[in-house]
Amino acid sequence: MKLTDEEVRHIALLARLGISDAEVEKFRNQLSNILENFDILSQADTEGLPPTAQSIALENIFRPDEAGPSLPVDDVLANAPDREENCFKVNAVLE
Amino acid sequence: MNDLHRLTIHESHTLLKEKKISSVELTRAVLKYLESIDGKIRACMRITAEQAMASAAAADKAIAEGRCSPLTGVPAIIKDNMCTRGITTTCGSKMLENFVPPYNAHVIEKLNSVNAVMVGKANMDEFAMGSSTENSAFFTTHNPWKLDCVPGGSSGGSAAAVAADACIYALGSDTGGSIRQPAGFCGVAGLKPTYGRVSRYGLVAFASSLDQIGPLAKDVTDAALIMNVISGHDKRDSTTVPLEVPDYTRALKIDIKGLKVGVPREYLVEGMQPAVRKAIETAAKKLAELGALVEWNVSLPNTRYGLAAYYILAPSEASANLARYDGVKYGYSYRETTSMWESMEKTKQFGFGAEVKRRIMLGTYALSAGYYDAYYLKAQKVRTLIKRDFDRAFEKYDVLVTPTSPTVAFQIGEKSDDPLQMYLSDICTLPINIAGVPAISIPAGFADGLPVGMQFIGKHFGEETLLRAAFAYEQATPWHKQKPVIA
Repeated sequence: MKLTDEEVRHIALLARLGISDAEVEKFRNQLSNILENFDILSQADTEGLPPTAQSIALENIFRPDEAGPSLPVDDVLANAPDREENCFKVNAVLE
Repeated sequence: MNDLHRLTIHESHTLLKEKKISSVELTRAVLKYLESIDGKIRACMRITAEQAMASAAAADKAIAEGRCSPLTGVPAIIKDNMCTRGITTTCGSKMLENFVPPYNAHVIEKLNSVNAVMVGKANMDEFAMGSSTENSAFFTTHNPWKLDCVPGGSSGGSAAAVAADACIYALGSDTGGSIRQPAGFCGVAGLKPTYGRVSRYGLVAFASSLDQIGPLAKDVTDAALIMNVISGHDKRDSTTVPLEVPDYTRALKIDIKGLKVGVPREYLVEGMQPAVRKAIETAAKKLAELGALVEWNVSLPNTRYGLAAYYILAPSEASANLARYDGVKYGYSYRETTSMWESMEKTKQFGFGAEVKRRIMLGTYALSAGYYDAYYLKAQKVRTLIKRDFDRAFEKYDVLVTPTSPTVAFQIGEKSDDPLQMYLSDICTLPINIAGVPAISIPAGFADGLPVGMQFIGKHFGEETLLRAAFAYEQATPWHKQKPVIA
């Protein structure tokens, strides 16, 4: 599987990962090489097999819907890059 | 008393309980040694001397009041991806360089509940992605046995600190070998528990269906003592199972007569170092001498797909988990723009290192429209195959024995430009995470002056059998008593 520059830029956009021209070239080569090695998976006979999402057969863990103590607002906002009153402050989402 | 830093947990506990030493004395000795040596090893992201001395004083008070459990007052180093309230937790990344968690991880609460003492946070590969600590955004840790070699990774700081006697024990995390591979490279005991045994609440998420926290210790007894404290159900991690936690020290019996041990041939891989193969073969013979029934020609036929399946599943999960680093709530944030999208993209571009970006890209690709079935879904089906290999093997064998890595520790810089070569370093450890079973690495000899790790693999929640086998081997061999001379 050889990736193109356009595909690399598309993947970066899907991940919202900024990427320099030098990185496009580097990742194109490295990811192509890695994916080529992963072609081995096509040799595995998985006909009719269910996928495994996690290894322990636990499912649907419920808990009572009860209010409990939460972290104080100031503690939660202490790491915020920017805040205004009790909110995280970000650039305008809608112009 | 000299050299208190060289003690194990069980030795420290005896002295603390008999009031022959105090936790303040022990902690001071450990800090003094750690500070004297960390310029060479660089195991610690930060040393938390002030908090450690306060914890030690509190531990001494608890001991005076008769509350002295095995970890009480005993100094530990914690991998820097476990949240510690009020103490910076970087996860080895520029992204979290200044992140001060507002709460403690579950395992930290557990340690605090028995008055353990944390002396530092350990260096690691960024977001636990790596096998050498060379992906740390800050610096590389050195192997105490040979300073120009890597300590392994991603829990390389934790393993190096334990090997160098710069702490009494450490906690690490293991997604594809990140406890066991560095334990092997540094010659200490490292246990990855069964998926669901230890809560990951407060562990910075990497790949949630694979991550586990576990001990790095100077011997198997210490690993069991740590497991007694950190294991158990936690409602804040719904993947933890509500099973009783046994007293793991009860498994430490030097009796493996009749224990059925399988040696899977696929793990004695092509390209592995002859000296590593020889050490593992000698070790398996030792197990037979001790009374185990060793079967040499066990097959786990789908092992060959492990690497590819892992490097699709883990990056896919990582690409979802790491989407949270958007520069809004915490962490590094690029703000030199008025555009929300540009801010988000540049936050990730400048906040993440090369390996993290590579895995986000790989995972995003494997999950993207048109490739999901061929990569992600296929890898999940291969996961079923690999898991069934282990299920079948454990119908016949109590434990499986393999090398922990195909080589001993490699040189710093040797593989850092070749991601695929680096990934191969985990070829013997990552199938274990795929299957969710527990495994421990303990030292099994030396090659070129560097430790060789042997991995015991058990069935789900079979930690007791693992510990029993590892303990019997350890007590019959000199390896765990050998210590590096740090030049």
